Amino acid sequence: MTALSSRPDICVAACADAWRGDGAILASPTGLIPRLGALLARRTFAPDLLLTDGEATLLDEDEHPEGWLPYRAVFGLVAAGARHVMMGASQIDRHGNQNISCIGDWKRPTAQLLCVRGAPGNTVNHPTSYWIPRHSPRSLVPRVDMVSGVGYDRAATAGARFHEIRVVVTNLAVLDFATPDHTMRLRSVHPGVPLAEVVAATGFPLAVPDDVPTTREPTGEELRLLREHLDPEGLREKEVR
Amino acid sequence: MDRVMTIDEVAGELRDGMTVGIGGWGSRRKPMALVRAICRARLRDLTVVSYGGPDVGLLIAAGCVRRVVTGFVSLDSIPLEPHFRRARSEGTVELTEYDEGMLYWGLLAAANRLPFLPIRAGLGSDVMRVNPELRTVVSPYPDREKLVAMPALPLDAAIIHLNRADRRGNGRYLGPDPYFDDLFCLAARRRFLSCERLVGTGELVAAGPPQTLLTNRAMVDGVVETPHGAHFTSCVPDYGRDEQFQRVYATSEWTDFRARYLDGDEADYQRAVAA
Repeated sequence: MTALSSRPDICVAACADAWRGDGAILASPTGLIPRLGALLARRTFAPDLLLTDGEATLLDEDEHPEGWLPYRAVFGLVAAGARHVMMGASQIDRHGNQNISCIGDWKRPTAQLLCVRGAPGNTVNHPTSYWIPRHSPRSLVPRVDMVSGVGYDRAATAGARFHEIRVVVTNLAVLDFATPDHTMRLRSVHPGVPLAEVVAATGFPLAVPDDVPTTREPTGEELRLLREHLDPEGLREKEVR
Repeated sequence: MDRVMTIDEVAGELRDGMTVGIGGWGSRRKPMALVRAICRARLRDLTVVSYGGPDVGLLIAAGCVRRVVTGFVSLDSIPLEPHFRRARSEGTVELTEYDEGMLYWGLLAAANRLPFLPIRAGLGSDVMRVNPELRTVVSPYPDREKLVAMPALPLDAAIIHLNRADRRGNGRYLGPDPYFDDLFCLAARRRFLSCERLVGTGELVAAGPPQTLLTNRAMVDGVVETPHGAHFTSCVPDYGRDEQFQRVYATSEWTDFRARYLDGDEADYQRAVAA
């Protein structure tokens, strides 16, 4: 890793890249790193993105109110497909099935988590990405306990014609599903992360290209925006190791 | 017609085994004074339909709930609701788990007296596995798309909390989001509205734009004035969430919490909170 950008900086930029080319749609990041990514994308290469304050107000790039988006209107955007969400994932499998609901047997879970929330609707209606802050065999699993977000195998069977999982960003790597059978593929490893570490931290066989690129470093302008405007207190440093 | 009631009269209208919809969202503008009254009335075997927050947690801890119908149960600033969480792990509460948008659609179907509404959400997910009664429906048009037939969620009763109302059930929210409170009322047979402040109709109408007059007289059967009645959830702009109290709620032993805050009446609760 260079002295210029830290691992959290690289993760933020990788999250930002998820929204590249999305135009005037609602970006819905969950958690600090994805939110910084969406804000960074809007301040640089995706100026048309819409973002809320986390409640019902749309905020423009200067954090000034520019519109109203109560929950019922969010469901409208979901159904219309005018949204790209980046959710967390307590578990994800090689087809992109994701679980935020509970761990263990659903009838009597060992750990009740969030329930499915909007994951089923998000994943069959519009682009979905994931952020996983601790890439490990506990989170990248052969089989998720409760399919909250729909993966490619399930989407194909269900005929979900608007399904797309854009990218999975972890603390170690960027992953996607650009394989013939839409199984998870290593797109890039973050600077300084050995390929073997990513493979060992993944609880299923990962499609690994012959030549694995290194995740891009943030540009100087992106670093300046992050440090001076978006996260001057460096909260992102506490989120990723 | 004057529809003003007390919170205990509202609780007295409910029966064991009823399906009760609760307005608000997570830990936001929940009719907590009415929820506390239901806890005190020791209702049993309720099916609670809610975008769940501490309303669900309190009713579970008080032993009132047989089944929760929801897309999540969260305290917002504390992601996981401790009483719901424990009850799920101990197997003491039944769950009907839907996508958030499916819950909306089920209430909308009930409000429109339709048996179901088609929706894409749910397809391919384990929501279909854990709700084996769910069916799909195929479009009769040339696209032949298969969709989830989200069944109507008719309610025996709905309880909601708004910022202002008049004595007849006209109500207004003053915060940023109506949530789905109008829909809960439209989906229910009996509808109860608590409010921060009862005002005359003229004052109610003058208090803001017509779009925020969320309930009309055809949607409400009883009105209760409960100042601070959404506490400890948020009820902006009247007050924000009481984060400190919410932490106490989330970390207290239930018997201690109940003894300190719920064994008396609502006035005792508000005094104990202020102390």
